[in-house]
Amino acid sequence: MKSVVKQEVLALNGDEAVAFAAKQSDVDVVAAYPITPQTIIVERFSEYVANGEVETEFVCTESEHSALTACLAASVTGARTFTASASAGLALMHEMLFVTSGCRAPVVMAIANRALSAPLNIHGDHSDTMTERDSGWIQIYVENAQEAYDSVIQAFRIAENTDVLLPVIVGLDGFTLSHTLENVHVLSDDAVKRFVGTRKFINVTNHEGKTVPFKLDPNNPTSMGPIALPNYYFEFKRQQEEAMKNALKVIQDVNKEYAAISGRSYGDGLVDAYHVEDAEVAIVCLGSTAGTVKAVVDELRAEGVKAGLLRIRTFRPLPVERIVDTLKNVKAVAVMDRSMSFGGNGGPVFHEVRHALYDAEKHPYIVNYIYGLGGRDTSPMQVRKIYEDLQKILRTKRVETRVQHLGLRE
Amino acid sequence: MRVTAKEKSWKEISPAGVCWKASTQFLTGDWKTYKPVRDLEKCTRCLLCVLFCPDGAIHWKPEKGDIEFDYNFCKGCGICANECPAKAIEMKLE
Ligand code: SF4
Ligand code: SF4
Repeated sequence: MKSVVKQEVLALNGDEAVAFAAKQSDVDVVAAYPITPQTIIVERFSEYVANGEVETEFVCTESEHSALTACLAASVTGARTFTASASAGLALMHEMLFVTSGCRAPVVMAIANRALSAPLNIHGDHSDTMTERDSGWIQIYVENAQEAYDSVIQAFRIAENTDVLLPVIVGLDGFTLSHTLENVHVLSDDAVKRFVGTRKFINVTNHEGKTVPFKLDPNNPTSMGPIALPNYYFEFKRQQEEAMKNALKVIQDVNKEYAAISGRSYGDGLVDAYHVEDAEVAIVCLGSTAGTVKAVVDELRAEGVKAGLLRIRTFRPLPVERIVDTLKNVKAVAVMDRSMSFGGNGGPVFHEVRHALYDAEKHPYIVNYIYGLGGRDTSPMQVRKIYEDLQKILRTKRVETRVQHLGLRE
Repeated sequence: MRVTAKEKSWKEISPAGVCWKASTQFLTGDWKTYKPVRDLEKCTRCLLCVLFCPDGAIHWKPEKGDIEFDYNFCKGCGICANECPAKAIEMKLE
């Protein structure tokens, strides 16, 4: 695809790419608390503020719970708001994640995905965001620093769309992406500013029966989120679910529109399929691991093996129809999970993909590999082993072990 | 709380729990089981109860030179009766 705007190539790590995208997105308020491996994001951003490169109000808070509270408060006044966190920081935000989505505040938050303690570990896995998958936030997992940059810009458009009005998490794998230098193509400040535009507001009826914009404004007073008793709480939750459904279309539209100016798109914005159309064996995964899997798919294809990959880019809302449709001709599927659901029947991504396929016409063999916990490296050889296991399942027509641990010392 | 059919559907209400009624229209006084009743003889008009009431349900009426209970908002917590130095308030079962 040809890009229509001039772009520069910068050497940025994933965190810097995120900070750069936020800088260009005309953000009004950033409230944050540092935590590895996200720290570079807010560090860079605070430099932009100190240098006068942005007019953003930067709020240093005393904890992540306060950081998100400040972001929520700013967002409901109509400010474009951004923050970043990881691991224990995100866990400390847990309560406010629900308040933010419940108040329909379109906050964008980058998460440099990291393991949770104990034992203490600062390295990459998806335990932090998977724990928050039911908190009402849209979740986009990126494959590289370029996609981290592009996705943060897109996230504002998705979050602030008046059919959506939901907060968005952009997840990038800790260290693998957050701290690794890549060539990143960046748009001009103007092009990004035009793309993100300004926030638009729906109208609501306030307590005086007046129609007012949906934001906290002393001239048009309204209040949001104070209380809903058993006679109304359920209805508000149903609205959030509808917003998630609307987001499926909005994410695809934004992906297309962004492709038109940048020349870059990520599948349809929801899933990124690689050689799946005619694949017999396929891996489903999220995030940076897809890069390794694609390289192995190339090798296997050269050897005549019909291997494919389905990267789920948008995990919330889960693109169920796209997953089922993309995998419809695959005979054996391995789902890779970079977090554990202790005592569950496999990892969370496995639960969801296997559940989605229950209503499919044809059921592939499906197995689960837990991998990469606490930053454990996942090599091309290990990925190759997964494809070999899948081929063996097709030969023997038997699944020996449903859930396995990849790269674990037995 | 009883859910009735005349209440609005999820498609009709503003998002995020935006209030469509002012707090003065939500009569929260129907929670109470005990009601504060004042003995006018014992009451010294010290106004401590006005300060202590967590719901602002006791009003000082300068034109009357007296206080007044607003039972539409009094939740019957009994704090006023407990704090009254003259023991002028009795909590009576409704
Ligand atoms: S605290 Fe007791 S004495 Fe004082 S004004 Fe109230 S009822 Fe009267
Ligand atoms: S019972 Fe409680 S709510 Fe009622 S008037 Fe006394 S202090 Fe106020």
